[in-house]
Amino acid sequence: MGLGLGSAEPVVPPPPSSLSLGDGVSPSPLPAQASPGFATVPSGDYSLGWGGAPGRALIGLRVPLGAFAAALAAFGLFMAVIGRNPLAIYQQMWRGSFGTWFSFQNTLLRAAPLMLTALATALPGRLGLVVLGGEGALVMGGLGAAVAGLALHAHGPLVVAGGMLLAGAAVGGLWIGIAGALRAYRGVNETIATLLLNYVAIALLNHFVEGPLRDPASLNKPSTTPIGDANMIGNMPGLDVHWGLAWGLGACLLGWFLMHRTLFGFAARVVGGNVRTALLNGLPVGRLIVLTTVMAGACAGLAGALEVAAIHGTANASLVTGYGYTGVLVAFIARQNPLAVIPVSIIIGGISASGGLLQRGFDLPDATVNVLQGLLFISILLSETLHGRELRKAKTKIKTKARTNLKKQEVVA
Amino acid sequence: MPQSRGPHNRNHDDRSVDVTKLRRTARLENYAKPGALYKRSMINFSQRWLSPRSFCFALVAGVAVAATASSPVRAAEPLTVGFIYVGPKTDYGYNQAHAQGAAAIAKLPGVKIREEEMVPETVAVQKTMESMINLDGAKLIFPTSFGYFDPHILKMAQKYKDTTFLHCGGLYTEGKHPTNVGSYFGYIDEAEYVAGIVAGLTSKSGKLGFIAAKPIPQVLRNINSFTLGARSANPKATTTVIFTGDWSMPVKEAEAANSLIDQGVDVLTAHVDSPKTIVELAERRGAMVTGYHANQSALAPKGYLTGAEWNWGKVYTDYVKWVQAGKTYPHLLRGGLKDGFVKVSPYGKAVSGDTKKKADAAKAKFMAGTMVIYKGPLKDNTGKVVIAAGAEQKQTDIALESMDYLVEGVVGKTH
Repeated sequence: MGLGLGSAEPVVPPPPSSLSLGDGVSPSPLPAQASPGFATVPSGDYSLGWGGAPGRALIGLRVPLGAFAAALAAFGLFMAVIGRNPLAIYQQMWRGSFGTWFSFQNTLLRAAPLMLTALATALPGRLGLVVLGGEGALVMGGLGAAVAGLALHAHGPLVVAGGMLLAGAAVGGLWIGIAGALRAYRGVNETIATLLLNYVAIALLNHFVEGPLRDPASLNKPSTTPIGDANMIGNMPGLDVHWGLAWGLGACLLGWFLMHRTLFGFAARVVGGNVRTALLNGLPVGRLIVLTTVMAGACAGLAGALEVAAIHGTANASLVTGYGYTGVLVAFIARQNPLAVIPVSIIIGGISASGGLLQRGFDLPDATVNVLQGLLFISILLSETLHGRELRKAKTKIKTKARTNLKKQEVVA
Repeated sequence: MPQSRGPHNRNHDDRSVDVTKLRRTARLENYAKPGALYKRSMINFSQRWLSPRSFCFALVAGVAVAATASSPVRAAEPLTVGFIYVGPKTDYGYNQAHAQGAAAIAKLPGVKIREEEMVPETVAVQKTMESMINLDGAKLIFPTSFGYFDPHILKMAQKYKDTTFLHCGGLYTEGKHPTNVGSYFGYIDEAEYVAGIVAGLTSKSGKLGFIAAKPIPQVLRNINSFTLGARSANPKATTTVIFTGDWSMPVKEAEAANSLIDQGVDVLTAHVDSPKTIVELAERRGAMVTGYHANQSALAPKGYLTGAEWNWGKVYTDYVKWVQAGKTYPHLLRGGLKDGFVKVSPYGKAVSGDTKKKADAAKAKFMAGTMVIYKGPLKDNTGKVVIAAGAEQKQTDIALESMDYLVEGVVGKTH
């Protein structure tokens, strides 16, 4: 599972002695003396970052928020260097992203698809897989949803909406599932496979939209036949944001529960920590990989279905707008934690919502926003080193505590 | 019980060691190592500035600053006009042509412009329009990409009835679309026809190359007009067309350009959002080009023959004057060379005097309104008659809007 970036939380590597697969040593139970650093440590959540117990969570937030502030400061410096007033920039950014009710809804609207596409990377990230295929799964999901919407056309809006979302999730799940199965059973690198599948998906979309599925009335913008205004998914009550936001939030919460509070999630994290350990313990690694990638693809596919059902009403080349790739950015900043995907999506959504105002108000190029996103990405990744330091401190604490308990037991014995 | 192994023990697993003392020693040791100073300073930094208290203080201070800073900005008095581009406004192409139009109206009295580039054809453009209305006070918006119209402009036009939305694409249907929407487009194939004459006469091999995005009616019309122009002056000329599949694919465009030049094509042209890559590549390889959307002569001083350009400055000036005066404006506006919607780039150095004369003659006929490009008998490149002898389709003919063929002389397929 080579890439270091993929393993979301640094799990304690087991000592080499317990690793040799073929030497016939029974892996379990491990004698405490043989691996003092591993077997005696209770299997708690070491993450002092986004996850962890609620009490520790706020303290754990210091590092990522500190990194966020550092990125903003660096961005301000950059703005000052090119002759703009950083304070005015910050003010406009606030105004464009959270400062007014309109801006905040704009931010939420932009965050909604990112939550879903980020999960496409974050869920497999728990298994140590680096999946970059959110874009392709979104496109395929959108295409599948458009086809389902047309097929169910006569059955009323509710059936159409349900069918579209289901079809989108199914097609998206299948799409990344292909890469997952290739990874699990054929050893094909999932990063390259998912990246290349993006191009295949876009080519397929163009083929179907310009060929067999083309609405003859869509002359200069080839599209599938529209599903009709009556079948569109509307806005959430009291908000100018479509239901995609609720789906995104729900998926993130479910994803977090699955990965942090269930046996499945624990097994997935063991695979992410060390595949051979997982195999030695009899975990169905192949099945875990395929299932997780299918769920990941389903999330991105759902995002595509929502784009079609709530915004475009038809599938066309406008589906290809980079939500999948921004999702990768979100997942890495969120350190592959599904719960953290929510605030990170909102922050990235806010940055893109305020991007327009920066362009218009300060005559800055669009790339300005990319600079800020890049700075954010780098500073969050750099701050991982600080996390590592806190982690070591915590581990030492846990270890010494465990030792003391052991010694106490020895004394009693 | 294990004994303490002294201060050099770094294992921390013995309770009998005074941890504070051990740390202090370790710190002293660390200072002696290369890189230790940096590491210590990082740790000090994180201890000092990332402590819960200082962190909370920073958060509160940040929110306070942001809150005081976000006071509302007063709407400006002049007419605020918003321009939205799908790509970069310095792309030497589609978006630059619109940005030049915007720059022209920025000079008008009582007008303030606000521009936003790289806005995708998603809900993002809806929000950009709303943001221009709500935060900038825009009363007139030009969302310039074809794909912005349905559903994005239509949705915003229903929501903001006091704002005028003018879209580039010529898609307005009376009675079906909101009354605060207009759509305009230009017959740029007239300029393509003139460029085709120049290309056909200047080419040595008689082989012309056309790199296009998608086989849609607008694009096919340009390819056909270019070819008809070329063959009107040089009946042996052929146009080889390559479709790249999308509007902005610089790598595929470069591959297509190389491939065409390798096949003996010596004049290239394009219909993609930004012909920059193709024009530069052609110049480097010694081929000639005719431009599209904007003037690209600066990119190919030797090989740029001429080009078909938009002249949005005129269209936008007219619209702004109508809106400023509160007059009704045409909801569907189209025009060609005669109306000043499009223009032909100044001829390049490689164009001979005789060629210029012939091209100017065709241009004069367009200006006089006597020129018809599509008239029978006209065959497509499979030999089928698409316009019967004696029939003609003028620029306003609705049949041209759904063109799905390539004329005789074009090498390529529509799908």
